[in-house]
Amino acid sequence: MHLIESGNVAAATGVKLSRVQVVAAYPITPQTPLTEKLSEFVAEGSLDSEYIPVESEHSAMAVCIAASSAGTRTFTATSANGLLYMNEQLHWAAGARLPIVMCVVNRGIGAPWTVWNDHQDSISQRDGGWIQLYANDHQQIIDTVIKAFRLAETVSIPVMVCYDGYLLSHTYMPFDTPDQDKVDSFLPAFNPINKLDPENPSNFNSVTLPDVRPDVRGNMAPGYMEIRHGLHQDMRRSMDVLQEIDQSFFEEFGRGGNPFLEPYRCDDADHVVVCLGSLSYHMRDVIDELRAEGTAVGVMGVQLYRPFPDQAIVDALAGKRSVMVFEKALSYGNQGALYADIKSALYTCTERPLICNHILGLGGREIKTKHLYDAVKQSCENPETMGDTPRWIGLKCQDNG
Amino acid sequence: MKNDDFGCMISKSEPGPGDGGRTGSWRVQRPVIDLTKCIPAKTGKAACFTCWLFCPDAVVSKTIPPKIDYVYCKGCGICAEECPSGAISMEDESSFIHDIMKENK
Repeated sequence: MHLIESGNVAAATGVKLSRVQVVAAYPITPQTPLTEKLSEFVAEGSLDSEYIPVESEHSAMAVCIAASSAGTRTFTATSANGLLYMNEQLHWAAGARLPIVMCVVNRGIGAPWTVWNDHQDSISQRDGGWIQLYANDHQQIIDTVIKAFRLAETVSIPVMVCYDGYLLSHTYMPFDTPDQDKVDSFLPAFNPINKLDPENPSNFNSVTLPDVRPDVRGNMAPGYMEIRHGLHQDMRRSMDVLQEIDQSFFEEFGRGGNPFLEPYRCDDADHVVVCLGSLSYHMRDVIDELRAEGTAVGVMGVQLYRPFPDQAIVDALAGKRSVMVFEKALSYGNQGALYADIKSALYTCTERPLICNHILGLGGREIKTKHLYDAVKQSCENPETMGDTPRWIGLKCQDNG
Repeated sequence: MKNDDFGCMISKSEPGPGDGGRTGSWRVQRPVIDLTKCIPAKTGKAACFTCWLFCPDAVVSKTIPPKIDYVYCKGCGICAEECPSGAISMEDESSFIHDIMKENK
């Protein structure tokens, strides 16, 4: 069935089709219509789920941690400062290996107060042990939510599904809604690897000493470092799992095929633009225009940001003349986080492209196609002169750079 | 320590005395039950057990009379605080030095 609806409704529909059992969320712009829709589904009886209203995002994640520990399929959603308010609990959820799925409807972070879109919120959480997937349109939002539950539950790692506030959350697009019975066979009921069980009591995540030590039965129990190493290893291994899940989704629903990176006109390109989220689709207009003028340029969207698909990045970008990373976020005092990650991945490659960084659209600053066109054209014409310092696009009231 | 499957390398343990080590050595004060005041001891009935309920380390037994496992009791004093008949007093651990030396032999 096709719907013409907002990105938030696409997300809510994906959550409903995933038969989530517990939702705990606190409304925040631009996520609010997503949680409102879920509460409507629960109220009208079309979603058999506990909807737990909470007094804050910290509590929302705490409830999700408890519900997931009890072995239920659990969902929440937030944006910006709400995500930051969860911060301590986010790290807990990852360390405790709870397969919670959360939509992050990307919004800039205050201060100064902003409600508009950029990627600083989810980017600031890249090192916490959550898997991060970015959706570029409404179809990808609903599909990614369904895939995210299967991924999280297979690898026991929580997953963020990130999509752009307003640009996707509040705009209307047609998208296909998968049939419930097909989703049910793609995503079987949650069978937790570990859960709270009164028949078999366990302590979870109590004080864990620096070194390994025998447990009450004399078996050697892992120390903190073994547990954290396990999280890292499982994050890295989850890339293969995501590939399998994407393939199985493709076979069932006919969509997908690019779970890590989504290249557009990159095969014969000399220059490649890289970005996160809907910006990579906006950029396609610019690519088409420059292609028509004879510039061999393509764009690549990054769908999977954590774990970082470094090998896929190298395979896609080695041998290109230049790479331009456009970002709606920044590691303050350094460079764009995505830029630094891509540069780091390319360090070992022998045919290393020239690389530059553009910062744009912070706090919802309008990104005009003309701005993108000028920046890409300039970077393609003189890639040697671009340098390592991030260039700010659309900055007013002062000199650019 | 095996790492064959996802999510197996977690902090999970069976609850039981000794999971935190022999915590009795942390004790500065020792709870002592006066059986002439203790409700189950006095009445011979399985009643009250407030000390058993409140003990955060599960070292008080639900028996007549209740017994405290001093190998693991940290001496937090919650049982003494909660006992409705004032049957539990906290006494200086040093006054039990002879008992402790006997235990360690």
